Formats: sequence, structure tokens, C-alpha cells
Amino acid sequence: MAKVQERKLNDLLITGDQTYSSIDSSVDRLILNQKLHGKGWNMLFAIGIMLTGLLGLSIFWLLYQGIGIWGNNVPSAWGFDIINFVWWIGIGHAGTLISAILLLMRQQWRNSINRFAEAMTIFAVMCAGLYPILHTGRPWNAYWLFPYPNILAMWPQFRSPLMWDVAAVSTYFSVSAVFWFVGLIPDFATLRDKSTNKYGKVIFATLAMGWRGSNQHWHRYEQMYLLLAGLSTPLVLSVHSIVSFDFAISIVPGWNVTVFPPYFVAGAVFAGFAMVMTWGIPLRKWYNLKHLITDRHIDWMCKITLATGLIVFYGYLLEIFYSWYSGNFYEFKLLMKTRFTGPYAPMYWLLIFCNGIAPQVFWSQKARRNETLIMVVCFLISVGMWLERFVIIPMSLTNNYLPSSDKMYYPSFWDVAMFAGTMGLFITLMMLFIRFLPVINIFEVKDLFYKMGGKKEIVEEVGASK
Amino acid sequence: MAHDWSDPSGLWGLVGEFEKPEDLMKAAEAAKHKGFRKMDAYSPFPIHGLSEAIGFRDNRVPWTVFIFGILGVTCGYSLEYYTAVIDYPMNIGGRPLNSVPAFIPVAYEATILCAAFSAAIGMFVYNKLPKPYHPIFNTKNFERCTQDRFFLAVEAEDPAYDAKVIEKVMKENGAVEVSECDY
Repeated sequence: MAKVQERKLNDLLITGDQTYSSIDSSVDRLILNQKLHGKGWNMLFAIGIMLTGLLGLSIFWLLYQGIGIWGNNVPSAWGFDIINFVWWIGIGHAGTLISAILLLMRQQWRNSINRFAEAMTIFAVMCAGLYPILHTGRPWNAYWLFPYPNILAMWPQFRSPLMWDVAAVSTYFSVSAVFWFVGLIPDFATLRDKSTNKYGKVIFATLAMGWRGSNQHWHRYEQMYLLLAGLSTPLVLSVHSIVSFDFAISIVPGWNVTVFPPYFVAGAVFAGFAMVMTWGIPLRKWYNLKHLITDRHIDWMCKITLATGLIVFYGYLLEIFYSWYSGNFYEFKLLMKTRFTGPYAPMYWLLIFCNGIAPQVFWSQKARRNETLIMVVCFLISVGMWLERFVIIPMSLTNNYLPSSDKMYYPSFWDVAMFAGTMGLFITLMMLFIRFLPVINIFEVKDLFYKMGGKKEIVEEVGASK
Repeated sequence: MAHDWSDPSGLWGLVGEFEKPEDLMKAAEAAKHKGFRKMDAYSPFPIHGLSEAIGFRDNRVPWTVFIFGILGVTCGYSLEYYTAVIDYPMNIGGRPLNSVPAFIPVAYEATILCAAFSAAIGMFVYNKLPKPYHPIFNTKNFERCTQDRFFLAVEAEDPAYDAKVIEKVMKENGAVEVSECDY
């Protein structure tokens, strides 16, 4: 009993005096009461739209002029395009992790954060997907990557990691989208039944496809949902492993390492959780969702960020160790001349600070309760994960076996414009999602509410006696 | 005895409305003991144990996923084998044409893609969704089924159908309201 007494109310997964219908209305009022979205929404949406315009412009200019408008050069043929691709796809991973792995582990606390984390996944993968297509320089020929019988009698080279990438990323996007959409169906039915607006009713009725909450439907639905989770779990681990193979299969110093797959996956989860919190904290504050996304959720997400951050940090230490222990001259030269010292060294040390040192504040419970501090650390993590890909790509490419590779890489204006553009696309899609789709999985939160009904009473009684 | 859809009238079944999932569960079990078989429960979220309570079992979705998963891996690997060994062989540094380790990622992704799509499509097919019209929507108060109420319906087609017995079972287990539902 002592433990229960110490537990505060805000430690629970659903707080306050809730009923099934209050859970409903706290989520669906975001859609049914459009007046709720004020200046903040408009401002962010405007920023998103403007940056998306910039994205359109930079894509147009890229297609018109070619890859020459970017800062890529001969030793560093991969620049911002691949850095941003890996960064974006990593951000997506927390969504699938929350929805799949935590579901399989029966972690009920995922219920109120999985919906917007999954939306984030889909939008981030959309942003990521643009880069590999555009960096070919001739995106209108992108279909050559797919195996189809053609008059040249040529087939894609399936031994190439770049082909694995195509398979992995397109599968990942498709499966995430299916997972997300089927998860929305029962909530569409709720919205159909609650909306008073004629258009809303028609749209949600169409999307709900006649869902009526029948037990036989739920039975198959749950089987499907669990199977999708079981299939997505290895999928999410494989996607970033395969992305890391793009590097690890090569012989470039700093790339050719077996630790890359787990190190990349941990980094992806790390970046993804940081992004979930970056959106989750303002969301619950502005839209009064603190009773559903509680302090306990934030606390646990901070702990996962800390744990994955430590794995990533271990990866950095291991990179130092193996470049020395391997006895490979080029590996050691890369470490000493490009990472520890040299023109890019500040980026490396900033990476160590952002990803290695900053997340350590999460050891303290006080820090895990301080929203401003969490936001700052999450921002640093996002920057740090971007820097990690910078450290891997241009730093290795501009320093390998030949003296002719000693050349600097500088991004051009269009590199930066396109990166800002994808961020704009992400913001725009997220803002639309917040306004027109349920940001929290209503039926799963109700399920959680039903299951923890007993616990809530005990804690409230103890709280009252205090 | 199937319903004659040319006649829009007729009784579809008797529907009880409950406030708590526990009551619904008890009522479903009691109705099963009374011998009703053509019945279904409706709830805003999945309730574990309710399938057993109304005597429903179905494992077609997992089997579909299993079969399509195997189909996916077969098709994926066959495609790689056909392209790299039969139709367009390329000797790269003396490596074997059938490079098993290098072929695993694509075959694996094909498996996941097939299995995941078959899971979602299978759910729709076996559940007979999309279904724009269903008689249960005519039930009084049924819009609360996706919100905070729980329903148990016994269809008139049930051979053991007896309105009085059903109403009694539902009321005894805490039904707020029992109403008839027409086609």
C-alpha cells in the first residue's frame, strides 16, 4: 500500500474525473469545434505553407537545372540529400515503435500517444522519400528502380543496398499508412455519430465504411491489429538497418562497420522520441489534453530517449575504439584529422554535446518534469541526430584513401532551401492532421480507461484521505 | 431463412442497451446459456472475453496472413532469382549468381508487404466492410454505441427467438432499455 500512497494523481495514464464521453469530447472537439484553433494554428500553418512553397520552388529549379545547384562535388557526391533522407526516416521510427513494439509488449501507455506519432511517421517518411528520388537527378526515370519487364531486357540489381533501400522504404511507408488508416476506422465511426455538421457526417461515414462496433468485427480487427504490430516490429528494425547498409556495405573509412545497423536503429528511435515530445508537449498544452497525455507519458518517453541516447553514445565511443583497435591507418586518420581536429571538428564536438551529454539530464526526475527543459533537450537531440549524419557523410567522403579526396563540402542555398522546404511540408501536414483527424486514439484510450477503472478509484481514495 | 430485401419492413431483432461492459458480458453469457446463437454485441472498444461470451471464434485472419506471408517470400525471392540468375546474369567479381545473403532484404520486405496488406484486406473482407447499410443502425440510441453505450442484439432469425425471454435476460443483467429493431 505504501507505494500506492506515494503515487500522485498526475502519475496516472488518464487523470481527472473522466467518463467515456468526456474522453470522446476531449479528443473530437478538435475536429468538431473548428473555432478552437486560433492564431497559433494559423501562424504555424502559414509558416508551413510558405516553406512548402519554397520546397516546390527548389524542386522546380532542381529539375530545370540539375543536381549542379547543390553543393555536392566529386569526393562528396552525397551531401544534404542523403543527410536529410536518413534524418527524416529516422524521425519516423518512433511512431512505428510506439504503435508496434509497445503494443506487442502490452504497454498500455502507448494508447494516447500512438496516433500522432504514427502520423508523424508517415509525414516524415514522405519528406524522406523525396530525397532519394530527387538526388538521382532524373526523377522522371525513378520507375527504373522497380522490377518491371521492359524492352531493354534489363532488371534492377538486387544485390545493391540501394535497391534494398527502395524496397525497405516503400514497404515501410505502405505498411505504416495501412496501420494508421485501419487504426482510424473506429474513431471515424465515433466522429460520424457525433458530428452534427452535414458534410462532416457524410465524410466520416464514408471513411468509417459502416463500422458499427460489432464484437465479431472487433475480434478480427484485434487479430489484424496485433498481426500488423508483429509484422511492423521487425520491419521498423529492418528499415533503418537497411539504410545503414547503404553505408556499411562500402569500404569507405568510417562507414564500413558492423555496428552500424543497431547504432542507426537506436539513433532513429532516439530522434523519433525527441520529435514526438517536441510535438506532444505543445499539443497537450494548447489543446488541454494533459489528462490524456499525462506527465507519466512524458516521463517514460524521456526515459526511452535517455536509454536510446546511451546506446547512440556507446556507438560514438565504439567508433573511436575500433578506429584505433583495427589498426587501419585510414580509419585512424579519419578520426584524428577529420573528427577530433580539422575544419569540421566543431560539428563533431557539437554532436557529442547534443547527443551524448545533453540527454543525460533525464537521469533526474526533476528534469523529466520540466517541460521547457525537455523541449530544449529534444531540440538539441534533433540537431544532434542531423549532425550525426553530417559526420558520417561529408566527413568520410572528403577524407579517404586518396589525396585527391581532400576537398571540402559546403551546402549551397538550394540545399538549405530544400531542407527548410521539407520541414514546411511536415509542419503543414501535421497542422492539417491536428485539425481534421483525431490526434489521440479514442477507442484505445477508452479501452485503457475501462481496464484501469479499478486502479483509479484506489488512488483517488488515498488522495482524498491525505 | 433469409430476409426478403424487396420488403423493407419486418423485424430484424431485439436490442438491449447497457451502461457498463460488465453488464453486457453477463447478459451475453446468460443469453448464450438460454440457447440463442444468432446474436452479436456492439461496443465502442474491443472487450476481451466477449467473443467467448457470445460463442464466437474465427481464425481466418491469422491464416490468411500466414499464407500471404509465404506467398510474399516465395514471389520476392523468385523474382530475384529469375532476374539475377536466369534472365540477366551478371558476373560481378566472381560472386555467385544466386547471392543468398544479398537477396534476403528484398525477399524479406516482400514478405512483410504481402502479409501486412493481406491482414488489412482480410479484415475488411471477412467483416464484410465497407457496408453502408445495416439494420442495427435503426436501433434507438445506437449512435451512442461508438461513444459510451454497449448493445446486445439477438436476431429474429435465431431459431430460438423469443422476445419475452430475451427481454427478461437483458433486463435481469442491467439493460437500460430493450427495443425492437426493424430492417
